[in-house]
Order: sequence, then structure tokens, then C-alpha cells
Amino acid sequence: MAECIECGAQIALSKPEKGEIVDCLECGTELEVVTDNPIALALAPQEEEDWGE
Amino acid sequence: MKLGFLYSIIRKDEKMLLEEIRNRNVDLQKIDDRETMFEIENNGWNMDVILERSVSHSRALHALEFFDLYGIPTVNTHDVARICGNKATSSLALARSNVPIPKTIVAFTPETALQAMEKVGYPVVLKPVTGSWGRLLSKINDREAGETILEHKVILGGYHHSIFYVQEYIEKPGRDIRTFVVGDETVAAIYRSSKHWITNTARGGEVSRCEVTDELNEISLKASEAVGGGVLAIDIFETPDGPLVNEVNYTMEFRNSVGPSGVNIPAKIIDYVEEVGRR
Repeated sequence: MAECIECGAQIALSKPEKGEIVDCLECGTELEVVTDNPIALALAPQEEEDWGE
Repeated sequence: MKLGFLYSIIRKDEKMLLEEIRNRNVDLQKIDDRETMFEIENNGWNMDVILERSVSHSRALHALEFFDLYGIPTVNTHDVARICGNKATSSLALARSNVPIPKTIVAFTPETALQAMEKVGYPVVLKPVTGSWGRLLSKINDREAGETILEHKVILGGYHHSIFYVQEYIEKPGRDIRTFVVGDETVAAIYRSSKHWITNTARGGEVSRCEVTDELNEISLKASEAVGGGVLAIDIFETPDGPLVNEVNYTMEFRNSVGPSGVNIPAKIIDYVEEVGRR
């Protein structure tokens, strides 16, 4: 489990991975797992114009 | 085998790939493109192969060029990224190999872009040459709309919006097709259905299974070969005159396609990456 840095809700993480993007189901904020041991979350990077396939 | 995994963020696609890699006898090294620098001399990079999964085209393109210089094989190659990352370059590569594509004109000024639209015939689609996920695509139904869009692009757009990629609008049966090519095999295909003319799954297109027919297989392999081959997703329009290739994607997203297609696409990708690493 990790805590949303925006609303404080508990977020269940399955095999968290550094760099993984997760959504807070409570407030909808997109977060990034910045370290996986211990788990720390930060706001996910914003989409940029050259992102995609 | 040492396998480098280049990424910007880990989405479900990357997580599926990492899970597949960890199930194998492979020495995985994750490479976060935000934490990496590239020197002109190879300063310790020693992987057998690198799987490129950067979400950023610019970073992927430059990183792949460095790995190419260091002599490390990559999936996909720098040249494939260069071709697929630019719609005009892709169209040229496909046309050179006689892969059927929609009628396309590239222009450099708003005036010639408008002439291009008139020449193609309304409705037309105006696209940025670099971009993804259906962003900033415009379906232009008449000259007045064209003039408005062009004015906005000139006033508000960056320099890369000054290359005007004008394409014939293809009337679709509410869907298009995406095929997944890995090496010399079309491993899976899906329909992307939407009431909107943009069918990208990133824009809400719904996914369902599509059979890989001989016709789809042939055009997919031909398109893959035209851009240099590797791990590619080919977007295809169905028309009464046969399939047309809309675009070829080089850092393909597949997370919504594994279930409907019934194909373990990440396993197919990693099989191929290992094969490249062993060459």
C-alpha cells in the first residue's frame, strides 16, 4: 500500500515497479512510483507533445 | 544475455514486458531515459541488446542513435524510429516499397497547404508530421475550415507545425485494423471501433479480435519491411479497393490487444529481442 500524495488515500499496488504510473482511485491523480523499496510516490510526469507510439 | 530496457515511464505495456523478461534467463538492466546521459565514446554500455520503450519519440530517437554508435543492437533500430517517427518520412518509405497508402501531399506554407487540400479534395485530414495518440489531427470538411485551422497553426503552433501533412480522408466502416508484426510474422490483429472518425484506443476506440487474413499478413509484412522491420504495429484502413496502410508505429502499445487477440504479444516481442541479442 502507498499513500496518495494529493489526497492521502491508500493505494493498493501489485508488484510496484520504479517508474510505474498508477492512478489514485480516490482523487484521480496520476502518480509515479519513484522508489519501490520503500515505496514513494510523486506526481506523474505530464504528457508531452512527442509522447506516444 | 544482458538485456537493456530503455523507458521513460512504466505503463501496463512496459510492466507486461518486464514480467516476461524476468521469467527468462536474462540479465535485465532498466535504463530510465530521465536519469541517463550519453557520451560520444561508449562509456561502459555493454548490453547484448536493448529494447527501446521510451514514451518520448525525441529521447528514443537520440538514445537509439547513441546505441547504434556503440555497436549495441536495439529493438527497434534507430533507422526504424527515424522513419516511423515522422509521417512524411514514413509515407515516402511505404511508397518506395509500393505499399498502398492514402493520397498524401506535404506542403511548407499555409498557402500551399490550402492548395494541397483542394487538390486532394475535401474532406481531408491534416496531421502534424510528428505526433501520436490521435493528437492534433484535423478532419477538414471545406476550404473555410481549412483556412481557420491553418491560421491557428501558424499563430499558435511550434515550428514542427509548419510542415503540413495533408491526407485523403478515408471513409471507414466505423473501424480500422491494427496488426502487430514481430520479425517476419504478423502475430496478431485487432479491430479498433469508434463512432468518432479517430479510432485510436488512446481516444476511446474499442478493441476486438481481427483474423490475420492472407491479405492482412501480406500488407503488414510489406509495410514492416518498407520501414526496416522489427517490432511494429501497422494501422490499416479497409477500403473497397483493398487495404491501405495509414501508419506504422515503432514503440507499439499492445496492452488492450492481448486479451481480445488471445496472443501473448509481450512474449512474442521478448522472443524476438532475445533472438536479436544472440545474433
